[in-house]
Amino acid sequence: MTPDLECQHLIKRFGETQAVDDVSFSVPQGSFFSILGPSGCGKTTIMRMIAGFLEPSGGDILIRGKSVLDTPPNKRPVNMVFQHLALFPMMCVADNIGYGLRRQGMAKAEIARRVEEMLHRINLPGLGQRKINELSGGQKQRIAIARCMILNPDVLLLDEPLGALDLKLREHMKIELKALQSEFDTTFVYITHDQSEALVMSDQIAVMNTGRFEQVGSGQELYYNPQTAFVAGFVGESNRWIGRVERIEGREAQVLTENGLTIFSSSQGSSLMTGDQVEIFVRPEAIRLSKKAENLDDLRNRLSGKVVSVLFNGAASNILFQAEEELEPIEVALPQSGEMTNLARGAEVAIGWTTDQARCFKWTDG
Amino acid sequence: MKTETKIGFILLITPLLLWLVLLIIIPHIDMFLVSIRERVGVRQYQSSLANYGTFFEEPLYIWTFVRTATMSILATLITLVIAFPASYYIAKMAKGRTQSVLFLLCLVPFWVSEIVRTFGWMILLRETGLVSSVLQWTGIVSGPVEMLYNDTAIMIGLVYTSMLFMVVPLVTTLESLDDQIIEAAYDLGGSGLSILREVIIPHAAPGIVAGSIVVFMLTLGNYLTPTMLGGKDSLWFTELIYLQFIVRFNWELGAAFGFMLLLLSSIIVWSVLRLTGQTLEKTMG
Ligand SMILES: Nc1ncnc2c1ncn2[C@@H]1O[C@H](COP(=O)(O)OP(=O)(O)O)[C@@H](O)[C@H]1O
Ligand SMILES: [Mg+2]
Repeated sequence: MTPDLECQHLIKRFGETQAVDDVSFSVPQGSFFSILGPSGCGKTTIMRMIAGFLEPSGGDILIRGKSVLDTPPNKRPVNMVFQHLALFPMMCVADNIGYGLRRQGMAKAEIARRVEEMLHRINLPGLGQRKINELSGGQKQRIAIARCMILNPDVLLLDEPLGALDLKLREHMKIELKALQSEFDTTFVYITHDQSEALVMSDQIAVMNTGRFEQVGSGQELYYNPQTAFVAGFVGESNRWIGRVERIEGREAQVLTENGLTIFSSSQGSSLMTGDQVEIFVRPEAIRLSKKAENLDDLRNRLSGKVVSVLFNGAASNILFQAEEELEPIEVALPQSGEMTNLARGAEVAIGWTTDQARCFKWTDG
Repeated sequence: MKTETKIGFILLITPLLLWLVLLIIIPHIDMFLVSIRERVGVRQYQSSLANYGTFFEEPLYIWTFVRTATMSILATLITLVIAFPASYYIAKMAKGRTQSVLFLLCLVPFWVSEIVRTFGWMILLRETGLVSSVLQWTGIVSGPVEMLYNDTAIMIGLVYTSMLFMVVPLVTTLESLDDQIIEAAYDLGGSGLSILREVIIPHAAPGIVAGSIVVFMLTLGNYLTPTMLGGKDSLWFTELIYLQFIVRFNWELGAAFGFMLLLLSSIIVWSVLRLTGQTLEKTMG
């Protein structure tokens, strides 16, 4: 099956800056594809090239197998939900949703019927005559999507559409957006700098950094099996150390950190050599916590020390652990069951993790 | 309201009120009183509507009145048509320095006084002027051409003088239109013309109405430009008023004319607001 959207070696330069640097990806029909990256990494630029507002400096964009580079934005079979939604404030809700159909020259009665049907589908029946400024944030969101979906685009582009909403509503809209996507069964390309949005909604996520794709994969793959240091650091929480490889044994690298801590870590097949500078990432929830050191005897990395502080955050609570004065504190997830819940500052504890849980990447950045 | 804020409010509002009452309301009341009295003998007056009667009996007065109104409306429309693309360019397409330079260029004509500016036009357009000489030199015309003292000259002068007052409100409202909204309209299949009609003009409506009202009132009340560029027979209504007050010393008739002009501009402004569905608060806010 031809993918709905395919970008081949896409490049965009703005004068000196290379905003998008040789990006290739394809999005299968009906899937939810996210581009996740810090702000300024070039996400919007990719989006605007797909929508047709920017001309690529190089590469090609194909929709359902056909290049659209020569198609102007008002003729492309893609529609875009803008960062600030960009609803037409001079029109009522029904006119906003019907705008695209009116431009296609559809008969008035048919437009009215489809708009009403669309309002039902997005759960806002009877709101057609409302003014845009009389709507709540979540309602505007749905109208912005409906306005595009009524045109049956091959691909819907969404540029951080939840950015302007407050936290509670954002959590709610994440679920709703995913539901809307499967309801319409349309390909969504969603860009965000918020990893939880990407992880919750997407079938596939591309992690982007300074104009390049670092890794493309499902949320699980990115989270449990990051291929680059950037992905390991950007997706999820991590403890991070910088050190030098002391010894290599099969896939296990023994690393001495700057502060003198020895960590046994997994090189995951990348060719490291003794003396290489490396970065190590360990997730807080991958670290086992125990009151007795002997419980952790089966773990390769073990430390004993004190709880420096308890960062209580409900189910996502962590503690800060410190083994010795000169070592930096380590964040450790606080198990929600048993003896650990009443852990207080200053308590004597032991922590440990396996070799595989410590991911080690060659450190290139000076 | 607390007493302190009350005092502050009074202090702030007093100059404005004084200005309104002393310079606008009182003279107008006085003028109205003058306009409804009739001289029956030396220093003998009686109340009557005779002055207004004179206005409606004399075809020349009515003709001038209608002509001034039509020409002002036309001048306003021409200004709007010229200023809109310019304002759109300044507000949406020009960036950074270019934008401020262009905006400043609209202000340049106002660095010289109106009378000097109008003389400039006369130098260009008169029989022995620059335009005429160039036309003769290139051989397009054989003899000198007089481009002054006709309606076109008046119109050019009026539009030129009014441009800034149209550009400023237009640029302000157009700037407040989010670029993303225009892009969204394109994205949904809009063409340039339909976006102009359905998105840009509705958004700019308050600016268009505000600019048009200001330009219309300035044009209607303009004296210098029509008189100088149109010559003796320019038939501008303000000229008739001037004539009555200064030349004929007929203050009663002049005042009645003044009131007719006030009435005319009020009616036209009111009907434009009604027609476009705008309110005074919306356009001036
Ligand atoms: N029109 C432009 N002219 C010059 N530089 C631009 C332009 N648009 C974006 N950039 C640059 O390209 C980079 C990527 O921007 P953008 O795609 O907006 O990032 P993101 O959406 O990921 O935050 C930024 O460094 C930005 O400064
Ligand atoms: Mg962006």
